Amino acid sequence: MIDHSIGFKQQAYSVSDLNAYIRALLESNENLMDIWVVGEVSNFSKPRSGHIYFTLKDMDASVRCVIWRVHANRLAGAFSDGMRVEVHGYVSVYEGGGQYQLYVDGIRAVGEGRLYQEFLLLKDKLAAEGIFEENRKRPIPPEPKLIGIVTSPTAAALQDMLKSLLSRFPMVEVVLSPASVQGEAAPAEIVKALERLNKLVHPDVILIGRGGGSLEDLWAFNDEQVVRAVAASEAPVISGVGHETDFSLTDFAADMRAPTPTGAAVMAVPDISDINILLNGWNLLLEQMMVNILEQQRLKLKERKNGLDLLSPGWQIKQRMQRLDNSSLRMDYFVNRYFLQQRQQLELTEEKITSSDPRHILGRGFALVEDKDGSVITTIKRVQLGQDISVYVSDGTISADVTGVKEKE
Amino acid sequence: MAKKPVSIENLNYEQALAELEEIISNLENEPSGLERSVAMFERGKVLIQHCQKLLDSAEMKVQQLEEDGSMSPLEE
Repeated sequence: MIDHSIGFKQQAYSVSDLNAYIRALLESNENLMDIWVVGEVSNFSKPRSGHIYFTLKDMDASVRCVIWRVHANRLAGAFSDGMRVEVHGYVSVYEGGGQYQLYVDGIRAVGEGRLYQEFLLLKDKLAAEGIFEENRKRPIPPEPKLIGIVTSPTAAALQDMLKSLLSRFPMVEVVLSPASVQGEAAPAEIVKALERLNKLVHPDVILIGRGGGSLEDLWAFNDEQVVRAVAASEAPVISGVGHETDFSLTDFAADMRAPTPTGAAVMAVPDISDINILLNGWNLLLEQMMVNILEQQRLKLKERKNGLDLLSPGWQIKQRMQRLDNSSLRMDYFVNRYFLQQRQQLELTEEKITSSDPRHILGRGFALVEDKDGSVITTIKRVQLGQDISVYVSDGTISADVTGVKEKE
Repeated sequence: MAKKPVSIENLNYEQALAELEEIISNLENEPSGLERSVAMFERGKVLIQHCQKLLDSAEMKVQQLEEDGSMSPLEE
């Protein structure tokens, strides 16, 4: 029976149209686009497609949830059946089944959202007090002798730290100040362990930390009292809480933040192999220095020896002998020169004398005429006819009479 | 550097390293007599050996601080 009061005016929609319409309606609702929902996980399945399907439920209701493959690998490890979680995503419709679903792109442990809000508030408060200021941070001593550790004696983090310290710098002494690192009692225990170390042991540096875990597991390191105790620690503190990506307020307050407990140990001490390299370098340096010093001494010795030689009698005698040699040489020279000069002078004079000797001229064919008295006849006026004259030539004397006189025309 | 009659065997790693640094800076900066330089050099060599020996033979000492302030060796 058809109720005709509805009438025939309206055209019927197809199921597809209906579901598409509902889908558009839900997807355009701002409250459903970006929503966190808390519930317990059940019917978890991850078929070949790579997508994840599960049901989120509470006491009275349930909703189908889907995680597309793009997010599935990242989120798959974070939860399993029976867990209470908070999931993030948007609401839409699976048109094929006419079923609305939650399309999930993020999952967190229950309470994490609230914890995160608290974390941000406390961080702002402590930052305003200046607890995280860079200029409060103290330098870590390069080679600590005594290291304090605050962590759980049963934690893997302790073994990680000890292993790293032992392999890098076994000269160090370590004191563990035990404290639980998760749970209700953890913050108070950590504060006490820090105080005990500072008061009784006075270590050069304190390592504080624990291994990775959920935000809740790491929460003790965001506790206000713990953060204040770290900032107030007498010894500088290196924190290594959780994994590389985990940041705690203790990290911000510590003098140095390491990504992990092992990282904290690495930062606390130098590496023995670096020290060995340094020692070998010093060994070489020392030897080079010694070579230089010996070389300098050798040079100095040589200089001294030269100086000493100048003063020795033997050298003095040698010096004098040489001077003497020099004098005698010089004398010889002067004497020789004198004689040479004299000889030359003599030769010169001799030549002069020789050239002025009349007999020298006779040798060239001239003759010298003298009268009886030995006076040289140089003009016809000095002779008379019949007078005896002597004619000298180069090799003898000719006696002659004057038989004629003729004046030059 | 004052003459240190301390036997090297009794020096711990830090003391040996500190003295080694002192010797090197002395040799580097202050000209001293040959005999003293040689003595410093020889002591430096022994100090280096001593440091290396300490590094090689060092055994990390680990203790646990109890709540009452007493110390006990930590069982690993």
